Amino acid sequence: MTTVRTAQSRIEPVRPGPADRQGPRRRRHSENLPGYVFLSPWLLGLLAITAIPMMLSLYLSFTDYDILTPLSEVNWVGWDNYRRMFTSDPSYWHAVQVTVTFALVAVPLKLAAALAVALLLNRAIRGIGLFRGLFYLPSLLGGSVALAIVWRSMFSRDGSFNSFLAFFGIEGAPWVNDPRFALETLMVLAIWQFGAPMVIFLAGLKQVPAELYEAASVDGAGTWSQFRNVTLPMLSPVIFFNLVLETIHGFQGFTAAFVLSNGTGGPVDSTLMYTLDLYIKGFVELNMGYASAMAWVFLLTIGLITVVLFRTGRFWVHYSDAEEH
Amino acid sequence: MRSRLRLLLLLAILAVVLYPLFWMVGTSVKSPQEIVNNIGLVPREFTPGNFTDGWHKFDVGFGRFFLNSAMVAVLAVLGNTISCLLAAYALGRLRFRLRKVWFAVMIGTLLLPGHVLIIPQYILFRTLGWVGGDWPYLPLVVPHFLATEAFFVFLMVQFMRGIPRELDEAAKIDGASPYAIFQHVILPLSRPALVTTAIFSFIWTWNDFFRQLVYLSELQDYTAPVALTLFIDSTSESSVGPMFAMSLLSLVPVFLFFVAFQRMLVEGINTSGLKG
Repeated sequence: MTTVRTAQSRIEPVRPGPADRQGPRRRRHSENLPGYVFLSPWLLGLLAITAIPMMLSLYLSFTDYDILTPLSEVNWVGWDNYRRMFTSDPSYWHAVQVTVTFALVAVPLKLAAALAVALLLNRAIRGIGLFRGLFYLPSLLGGSVALAIVWRSMFSRDGSFNSFLAFFGIEGAPWVNDPRFALETLMVLAIWQFGAPMVIFLAGLKQVPAELYEAASVDGAGTWSQFRNVTLPMLSPVIFFNLVLETIHGFQGFTAAFVLSNGTGGPVDSTLMYTLDLYIKGFVELNMGYASAMAWVFLLTIGLITVVLFRTGRFWVHYSDAEEH
Repeated sequence: MRSRLRLLLLLAILAVVLYPLFWMVGTSVKSPQEIVNNIGLVPREFTPGNFTDGWHKFDVGFGRFFLNSAMVAVLAVLGNTISCLLAAYALGRLRFRLRKVWFAVMIGTLLLPGHVLIIPQYILFRTLGWVGGDWPYLPLVVPHFLATEAFFVFLMVQFMRGIPRELDEAAKIDGASPYAIFQHVILPLSRPALVTTAIFSFIWTWNDFFRQLVYLSELQDYTAPVALTLFIDSTSESSVGPMFAMSLLSLVPVFLFFVAFQRMLVEGINTSGLKG
C-alpha cells in the first residue's frame, strides 16, 4: 500500500490535454496518441518481424529461391514446391510421420504423468513446495542442448540405461543409434519434462470445491468414481489448456532431435522431426523456396489442429458456473 | 499408512526424475576409464581436469562462449521487459482506435510457431547486412526490443488488469497524462510481472538453440549451446568427460535462477501457462 501512496503523491499536476477539451463524443478514444506511442515498438515488430516475413515467405514458397541468387532473379515455379512435397519427396512424408507419431505418443503420456503426480501431490504433504519445485526443474533444463547431450550419452550403447538393464539381466539396444528406438528416446526426454503441465494441474485441482467430494462420498462414490465423476470434469478446462499448449509445443521439437542425430535426423531418418527437416532443406541444402512451402503447410496444419482441438473440446470440456466471472 | 505409501511413491518418482541430473554431475568428474567402467553415480576417482580440458577444447575458450550467451540473454531481458511493458500498457489500459483489433492480433501471434518465420527473417536480416555482420547478434537481439514475444505482452496485460482502475482514475482527476500514469502508477506496480518476464526471458534465451544455430557462423561468435554441439562431432572417448563438464557449466545459470526464484517461476506459469 505504501508504494501506491508514494507513487500517487509523486504525480505532477498536468494541464488538461487537448483530448479533454473535445466533447464527450470523442472521449471514448481520448487516448489515441499515447495509445499508439506506447504501442509503436510492438507495431513495428508486428510489421517488420512478423507480417512482412510472412508475406515474403508465402511468395518464396512459389519460387525456386536459394540464398545464392539475388531475390530479383528468382524463378516463379507455381505450385511445384507443394506438388513435390506431397508427391515426390519421400523424406517429407517421413518427417510428417515422425512428427505426428511423436506428438500422438509423447503428449498424452506427458499429460498423464503430469496429472498422476499432481494427484499424488494434491494432499497435505510436508515439503510439497520442494517436491513441486524439483519436479518442475526438468521443464526448465530439458529444452537445452546440454540435456540433449546427456540423453544422447545415457541412451547410447555404453550408456547408463543399458547398465541399468544389465543389472536385471536384460540386454539393451544402442537406443539412440537404433532406428527402432531413437524416436522413443526423444519421447522419454519430452515426458521427463512433465513438471510444467503438472504445476498447472495442481493449481486446477486446488480450485475443485471440497463439497463436491463430500457429496460424492455421501452418495457412496469410491475413489475411482470420485476421480471419474468429480475430478476429471472439474479439471477438464485445465486438461484442455495443457493439451493445446503441449500439442503445439510437441510439433515444434527441434533441439533434442538435432543433438541426438547430430543434425541429420538419423539413424535412417527416424528422428527427422518436421522442423529439423525444414532446417536441413532451408539452411543446409539451401532450398529456401521449398522450405518456405514446408513452413506454410506447417503453419496451416498447426492452425487446423488447434481449430479441431477447440471444436472437439466443446464435447468434453466442462465449464462450471463458478468459473464464469 | 496410505500417506506413507504416497510419500514413498513420490520419492521413487523423484529419484527417477532427478537421476539424469545427478548422473550428469557425476560423469562430469569421471576419468575416461570410469565413464566406460563405472556405472555408479559417484566417481571413484575425482577428475576435475575435465573442466579445464573442456574449457580449452576448441580454438576459442568456453569463457568467450559463455560471455556471448550472457550478452545475448541480458539484452533479450532488457528488450523484452521494456518493449512488452509498453505494449501491454497500451493494450491493457489505454483507450484508442482499433485497440481491440490489435489485441486480437497479439493473441493470434501467441500461437504462431517461430520456425515458420525463420527463413524469411533470415533473408530479411541478411539483406540488411546483419547476418555475419560486424556484430552478428543483431538478428538475435533486435526482435526482442520490438515486443515480438507475445507471451510476455499477454502476461503483462493480464497482470495490469489486476491493478485497480481507481488508481488511474484518481490520477487522471489530478490531471495526470497517460505518460505520467505509466511512470508513476503502472511501472512501479508492475514490478512482479517485470521480474517474471525477466527471469523467463533469460532462461529461454540462454537455452535457445535454433536461432543461434542459424545466425552464428564464426567460432568466436558462438554461444554456449552452439559451441556444445561441437563436442558431438568429436566422438572420441576422451571427450565425453569434458563434454559433460561444459554441459553442466552451461546449466549453472539456469539452476541458480531456479534456486533463487523457484516460487516465482512456479507461480509465473500458473498465471500465464508459460512453458519452461
